Amino acid sequence: MTEIAHYSEVWRHRTPRKRLFMWMGWLALVALFVWCWQLMTENTMWYFVLDAPRQAADIGGRMVPPRWSYLPELMQPLWDTINIATLGTIGGVIMAVPVAFMAARNTTPSQTILRPMALFIIVTSRSINSLIWALLLVAIIGPGLLAGIVAIALRSIGFVGKLLYEAIEETDARQIEAIEATGASGAQVLSYGIVPQIMPAFWGISVFRWDINIRESTILGLVGAGGIGLKLQASLNTLAWSQVTVILLLILATVVLSEWVSARMRQAII
Amino acid sequence: MSSVAAYPTTWRRPPQIVKDRRWRIALQIGIFVYLVLAISTVDVNWSRVYEGLERGQRFAMGFLQPDFTSRWTDISRGLIESLTMTLTSTVVGVIISVPVGIGAARNLVPRSVYYVCRGIIAVSRALQEVIIAIFLVAMFGFGPFAGFLTLSFATIGFIAKLLADDIEEIDEAQAESIRATGASWVQLINYAIQPQVMPRLIGLSLYRLDINFRESAVIGIVGAGGIGATLNTAIDRYEYDSAGAVLLIIILIVMVAEYSSSYLRKFLQ
Amino acid sequence: MLTLDGLSKTYKTGDSALSDVSLTVPKGQIMGLIGPSGAGKSTLIRCINRLVEPTAGKVLLGDVDLARLGKAELRRQRRRIGMIFQEYALVERLTVMENVLSGRLGYVPFWRSFLRKYPAADIQRAYQLLDRVGLMDKADNRADALSGGQRQRVGIARALAQNPELLLVDEPTASLDPKTSRQIMRLLTEICAERDLPAIVNIHDVPLAQQFMQRIVGLNAGRVVFDGPPEALTEAALTTIYGEEDWNAMRKGDAEQAEAEADARARMEAIA
Ligand SMILES: Nc1ncnc2c1ncn2[C@@H]1O[C@H](COP(=O)(O)OP(=O)(O)OP(=O)(O)O)[C@@H](O)[C@H]1O
Ligand SMILES: [Mg+2]
Repeated sequence: MTEIAHYSEVWRHRTPRKRLFMWMGWLALVALFVWCWQLMTENTMWYFVLDAPRQAADIGGRMVPPRWSYLPELMQPLWDTINIATLGTIGGVIMAVPVAFMAARNTTPSQTILRPMALFIIVTSRSINSLIWALLLVAIIGPGLLAGIVAIALRSIGFVGKLLYEAIEETDARQIEAIEATGASGAQVLSYGIVPQIMPAFWGISVFRWDINIRESTILGLVGAGGIGLKLQASLNTLAWSQVTVILLLILATVVLSEWVSARMRQAII
Repeated sequence: MSSVAAYPTTWRRPPQIVKDRRWRIALQIGIFVYLVLAISTVDVNWSRVYEGLERGQRFAMGFLQPDFTSRWTDISRGLIESLTMTLTSTVVGVIISVPVGIGAARNLVPRSVYYVCRGIIAVSRALQEVIIAIFLVAMFGFGPFAGFLTLSFATIGFIAKLLADDIEEIDEAQAESIRATGASWVQLINYAIQPQVMPRLIGLSLYRLDINFRESAVIGIVGAGGIGATLNTAIDRYEYDSAGAVLLIIILIVMVAEYSSSYLRKFLQ
Repeated sequence: MLTLDGLSKTYKTGDSALSDVSLTVPKGQIMGLIGPSGAGKSTLIRCINRLVEPTAGKVLLGDVDLARLGKAELRRQRRRIGMIFQEYALVERLTVMENVLSGRLGYVPFWRSFLRKYPAADIQRAYQLLDRVGLMDKADNRADALSGGQRQRVGIARALAQNPELLLVDEPTASLDPKTSRQIMRLLTEICAERDLPAIVNIHDVPLAQQFMQRIVGLNAGRVVFDGPPEALTEAALTTIYGEEDWNAMRKGDAEQAEAEADARARMEAIA
């Protein structure tokens, strides 16, 4: 009974020609996978790979009694990490707002020049991870919190800008028209017709990005941009695995906490 | 209706979020104090930043006049590693996510399996790619194989979670009607769940392909192969024009991937 | 006084929504604009305050031709024209008071509107208007917490806050139930009478138009096909405005509704 119903469904949806096409597609994917696999593992040292379980056991053994006495030393870097995320988010949001208004079809001052430029800024910022931004900035302005903050800010522009400009494009045109019809100036139309409509989205996006930034700022220290990642790097360099455990647990706790805070804040806003 | 003069001359917008005045003031002071403290922890070495400006200018120039040729062998090797890593890890990750995702759907499996699978997902999502990569590089040695494992593991957390949530939300009526025919568990998955979830799974996989490429550029920094390693070396050597070339390639590929994956998703639906 | 002279509008899509419309609305007159869907009623209204750009013709308010003003001057002239919308078009997330005060935007500098520091006279006027439309106690509510009838009252107060010389009203009652519709129409006509305000009211409901309007203009396919007092709106006139079929369908609909209402009344009486 079900067999027949199912079969007829297949029959209706996919002509034999289309099915052939699909099989060809899957076959091509398998071939591509095999080819990529071979290219990728060309230089792999299988000796190391086979050795991995032993290595894992070794590292696991060294990690196990976590060195809790290391914890007090981590408080200052943790505070730095939170500051990097928060200040970076604030900076990113401040820069993202004008970009979003330039990128949204209904508010851009110029369709031909400014809008493509804003979209390019958004794409650039989005395709480059904050760790790469940090790598660049450490090379340019030197290691430290500032590099981390700027890296987080630069990465946040694209994320916030994209979501915000989509929110601006989704605003209700009638409310904006009604404000225009009163004889309001351009800036007034923005502040009465558009801003109230995007406010919830704005706060939601910002808090969401802050949550992500807490996560990302924990590792920026790996390239020298400050925070708890510096301690992680130092512990890894000295093969102090029992300290690595403590750091990872602390990062995990921070991330869980920030997720909870951001969920509560978003609830309060909406 | 009385004369105009009888009406109040002032109006204040009532507070929208924090209604209590004392709380509002406390909150404002709290934010202000936090900002002062936070900004004071940032001690900037201004002379270093000033020096950096010149380097920043050189980097900007490198970005505008990228040099693809002098390090082309490094760049192309990194690119091939990144791309192959992206594809293989997405395929393997998705294949593993399917059983994990089914196992993490409350309405299909016994409690014990559910907790195990949700546990796998939670671990994979909580740890960042870079941290996983550090461990896997320590275990499997430098190179794209560790990167491949990292991205596969991260893919499992991403796809399996969304897949499981999807299955849990599935139209129960359809599953019920098939259960009523006395179908086995496998038949249930095959006839009721698969047709409903398959299009979404393909969409998610394409989306993840996109993310995996971006991540592949990052994990190279900790030794897991790919274009990130090339970028890291270029920056270490202060070769900003090569670094600019790598960044431009990354941006270009991400743009193409994003555009074509959204196109493909539309086409497949 | 408003004078339209040879007003035409052709949309980019090629739809000719208005062709050669000439009208005069004297001070204090409430003019109803009726016609089938797509006749160009909304287009006509929107051409007057240039939410839609007319392709040809003149729009004279007093002795200013609105159709050929530059941007800044247009903004200044828009203050003289209050507009009321079908779906209220209030800014949903602002309070009722802010919505009413937004009628003053054309008169105050940006910083005042941004900081919500309006002049005392504006605030007094806004309170007076809220009192007039019966929403004094709702000033601090958010607009999205009001009922349809209440929202339309806020819409009216916002338009009046502009101190307009002309009201444009686009289907004020289309989203309201019959009883509330009548209340809103009564409020509108009373207010126009109080201030000797001319108004153009788009309206779908012919009986409602006949009850409240002083003059009726019928539009069909972008042309004026009827212009006269409500009493002159005979069956023949309605047929020219709506076309044979539509008019019969509308009448049938009306008859059905009347029947249903009579039926309901009979039942209520039976219960009582
Ligand atoms: N933005 C637009 N772009 C293109 N054509 C439009 C636009 N707005 C309206 N039109 C066309 O202009 C004509 C008149 O439209 P209008 O909205 O003025 O009619 P209406 O009399 O208000 O109708 P209704 O009673 O349904 O509101 C219609 O044929 C419509 O398709
Ligand atoms: Mg209309």
